[in-house]
Formats: sequence, structure tokens, C-alpha cells
Amino acid sequence: MEYEVVIGLETHIELDTASKMFCRCSAQFFGAEPNTHVCPVCLGMPGALPVINKRAVEYAMMVGLALNCKIARYTFWERKSYWYPDLPKGYQISQYQYPLCYDGWIEVDVRDVTSGWQEHAERRRIRIRRAHLEEDTGKLTHAGNYSFVDYNRSGVPLLEIVTEPDIRSADEAYAYLSALQQIVRYLGVSSGDMEKGAMRCEPNLSLRPKGSDTFGVKVEIKNLNSLRAVRDAIAYEIERQTRILRAGGQIQQVTLGWDEARRMTVVQREKESAHDYRYFPEPDLPPLHISEEWLEAVRARIPELALARQDRYRREYGLSAYDAVQLTAERAIADWFEEALRTSSAPHSLPARAKAVANWIQTELFRLMRVHNVPLDNVWHIKVKPAQLMQLIELVEQGTINLNTAKQVFEEVFQTGEDPRAIVEAKGLAQISDVPTLRRVVEEVVSAHPQQVQQVLNGQEKVFGFLMGQVMKATRGKANAQLVNQLLREAIEASRT
Amino acid sequence: MLTPEEIEHIARLARLALTPEERARFAQQLSVVLDHAAALMEIDVEGIPPTATVLPVHSVMRADDTPMPGLTREEALRNAPQTDGEFFIVPATFGDEA
Ligand SMILES: [Zn+2]
Repeated sequence: MEYEVVIGLETHIELDTASKMFCRCSAQFFGAEPNTHVCPVCLGMPGALPVINKRAVEYAMMVGLALNCKIARYTFWERKSYWYPDLPKGYQISQYQYPLCYDGWIEVDVRDVTSGWQEHAERRRIRIRRAHLEEDTGKLTHAGNYSFVDYNRSGVPLLEIVTEPDIRSADEAYAYLSALQQIVRYLGVSSGDMEKGAMRCEPNLSLRPKGSDTFGVKVEIKNLNSLRAVRDAIAYEIERQTRILRAGGQIQQVTLGWDEARRMTVVQREKESAHDYRYFPEPDLPPLHISEEWLEAVRARIPELALARQDRYRREYGLSAYDAVQLTAERAIADWFEEALRTSSAPHSLPARAKAVANWIQTELFRLMRVHNVPLDNVWHIKVKPAQLMQLIELVEQGTINLNTAKQVFEEVFQTGEDPRAIVEAKGLAQISDVPTLRRVVEEVVSAHPQQVQQVLNGQEKVFGFLMGQVMKATRGKANAQLVNQLLREAIEASRT
Repeated sequence: MLTPEEIEHIARLARLALTPEERARFAQQLSVVLDHAAALMEIDVEGIPPTATVLPVHSVMRADDTPMPGLTREEALRNAPQTDGEFFIVPATFGDEA
């Protein structure tokens, strides 16, 4: 029998505010000494009163809007009670009945790129059930009979995003999570870094006979610390469960953990005990009314997102899907690319310019940034400015310099920040396009290499390259290659006896 | 009247260990409290939005996201049941038990 997988994802994203959700402790806990970002509020001391961090609410609204969610005009906070030492209050302040964001969707391009790039992608729409704001918990380290608790993370704003069970493959889950990560990074509201726990994902998954509309037995997978781990764990589970079902077996309702070293899922908890969270409205926090003005002001802060940019680059500039995906991977790069295009002096030939800029960014710019250990999102802090790349491209296009010289100039702009035109002038790098000068050099080379000239005349095309090289060498690489090619052909033909 | 199982469950949620006598006594007392509150269930609330607060305030927020120092670690750990000077130390716990 053919089976179909049904996947829903629950993702927690730490919002990158400076201070915590309900107190003024620093929320930037990464690398901090344990229990140094704490106060009576985030330690749950009796009598301490929480106050809502407005920026965290705005960040959550931005994500909600980017996910095409409706934004609640009225919402309040609730206490989710449970006993666990990572929560010093004995409850987590969360949202239950009225999530801040609800009923949204996201479109993602699904590609199986495990065996190389695929230009074609399937565009899928995944519905978002809700996204609500809550507080993160402290961190536990288990050692023997004790657990060590650090409350630096306690109270860091956390956004929980829940999809409808719309996901149908491991690749789709991967595409959804990458898109979500990219969105929060574009919005500047979170690093989305899974290795650092800034984005945590718990898929739930079940199999059912293809075409059936009931759900099978659901398992939950935890302990996934990278996008790849999410994809691998889901792929592994689909295979494992299909095997069991085909053999006539039954799936147990369990919570699984992903064992990265053994590349398999292992049972963490046998049976999900029915939780009794006893939600009730948080009496210490007033409800929130979200006005039209506030909502519109937040909406205005949302930039054009990656997928929309990819579509536009392909439509307006005729770029390939590959180029569009590469250029939009980081918002800073996409912005840089667009700024370079804005400075083009030939707006009528934008597609050609866009292709040239795309090539330069993906080859020379990325190469130099890699060599100098500059992360791609720091592109605005390097010395080359977008206008300078455009200037360089125009110098090549006008025939002032050739491509090889342009690469050297670009490297120099990267190091010094000087304008390409100034570098070309100061160093006398302008291409030699003066015909009498070039003809003299060509004739010298031809008379110095009679044997090679004869070989070219005999049809040995490879040797022509050698003679080209001699001319370039004599002009220190500055000769206009197209002109040299033409003059050299003429000179060789003329020497035919 | 609450069943013994319900009383046991509620006691467990509150981390209370009850003797059989206490269980019986609290089942009685808690049932009276719940019955009293149940009178509210008879009110017709059709069309009335849920009330999250009775205070006339809403949307009170802190607009300034600048962090401020809280407690020093020494202060924070002063009430810890057990500590090594860096962490709160508690009996080993695994899984999020409700
Ligand atoms: Zn605090």
C-alpha cells in the first residue's frame, strides 16, 4: 500500500530584543555568565510585577504579517501552569485563547537539492494556524542526581508558530523552515540560528494510506538542532513507519528524539501524558488592544521578502532561479544588488546589467568576502560600494578595461575603497585599443615566432592562443583582446607565402 | 462531589501529599467551593466577550527596550536551595512533567 505523510510543525523563535519580554534584564544571554541577567521578575519572586516589552509585541506582529496572518485586535495573556525548574514561577506567561497572530499562510519553493541544484521548484502553500507570544524558560544542565539551572534565558521573548498539518514531505518541511528562518532574518527580529537555539522546531508526523482523509497515529520529534536534522529525522521516520505499516505493524504514539550521531530516532517518552496546564488570564498584565494606526505603522516596516524578490528578479531581469535564490539568501546582499542596479547609467539595459552584477557578486565579491572572513550579511560594511561595482562593469562594457584587468581592479577597490576609474587612471590600466600601437606589437610577435605562425597556418588552432598570449604579455595584459584577435589573424594570413 | 481520583489529581498538580483523611475532608470542602462557583455557569453570557481583567486599563507597555541591570548573581542565588555560586542546583529532573 502507498502511504502519505502528514506533518505539522511547531516552531519557537527567540525574538532579538535588547531586553526581556516582561522585565528589563538583557535578553542577549548567549555566552553570558550563568544567572547574571536576572531580576525578581524573571526569577519568579513573589510580588514582582511583569511589564510588556512593546518591541517584542511589534516583532511578533511583523512575523505574523509576513506570514499573512490576521492580527488580533484584542488579546490577553494567560498563565500556563506546570512544574519544571526551568520555570521559576511554576507557570509560563503565554497566549492561549487569543493568539496575537492567526489564520495565515506562507508560500515556499520546494526543491530536492540533495543531488545538485534544481532550477525547477514546486511552490506550495502552508497554512499557519497561529503565532503567539510567550516567554522562554531557563536552561537546565543535568549532572548525576542534580540539575543545574541558569535563568539568563528565562523571560526572553519567544514566538511560537504552529502550522496546519499541510506539510507532505521532508523536503517541504525543510523548505518551510528555511523560508521561516529567512523571513525572521529579513525582518531583523531574530537570528533564526538553530544551532544556538534561537529557532527550535518540533515536527509532529503521522502516516495514512494515500487518499485517506483521517489521520494516523501521531509521533513528535524533538532535539533537532539544524535544518538538516529536521529533514533527516522526518525522512528517517517516514521510512521507518512505512516499513512497520507495510509489515502489518502498528505505530506507537510516542515522543522521539533525533540521535545525530547514530542518524536515527529514539524513543524519549512512551506515552504522552495528558497535560493539564490550567490556563487562566494573567491577572498581573492588562489586555492588549491593537489599534489600526499601530498595526499600519508596524506593517510599514516590513521589507519586500525573499520569495517576492526572487520572482521579481526573474520576471524583470530574466535572472535564473539559481541566481535569484543566491542573491536573496541574505537581505543585505539583495539590498546591495538592488542598490548597484539603481546606480546604473543605462536603465534601459537593466537585464544585461542585472546579469553582470549578479555574476560579479556571486564570483568575485563572494570569493573576496570568503577570503577575508566577512559574513555575507556584513556586505554593507566592506569598502566596495555598490556604485563602484557598477562603475567597474561600465568600464568593461565601454572597452576601457578588459575583464582580467577588471578583476584586479575589483580586488583593489575591495582593499582600498578607491573608485575603479581612479585606480585605472592612476595605474595606467586602461586597455590599449589604439590600432597602430597594437599592430606594431602584433607584427613584432609574428616575426619573432615564424615556426608558430606556420603551425597556425597548418590548422593548429591551439598555437593561436600562444601567440595571443605573447601579445598580451608584451602589453602587460592591457591589450584589447578582441582587437588583438582580429589584428593577429590578419597578420598571420598576410604572412602566408 | 469530586471523586477521589479528581482530588488526587488536583493534589498532585499542586504538589501536595494528602493523607486519606485529608483527601476525604478536602473532597467535601472543595466540592462545596466548586458548587458555589458553579452558580456562575447559569448566567447567560451569549454575546459577551470573555473578561480578562476587571481593571479599566489596557495596552500598558514599556516602549524603551534598553536593558537595565537586575540582581547581582550573589543576590539572585541568595535564596537558592542549593548553589555552587553559579547555578541554582535542584534535584535531577527529566522531561516536562505536568
Ligand atoms: Zn529579569
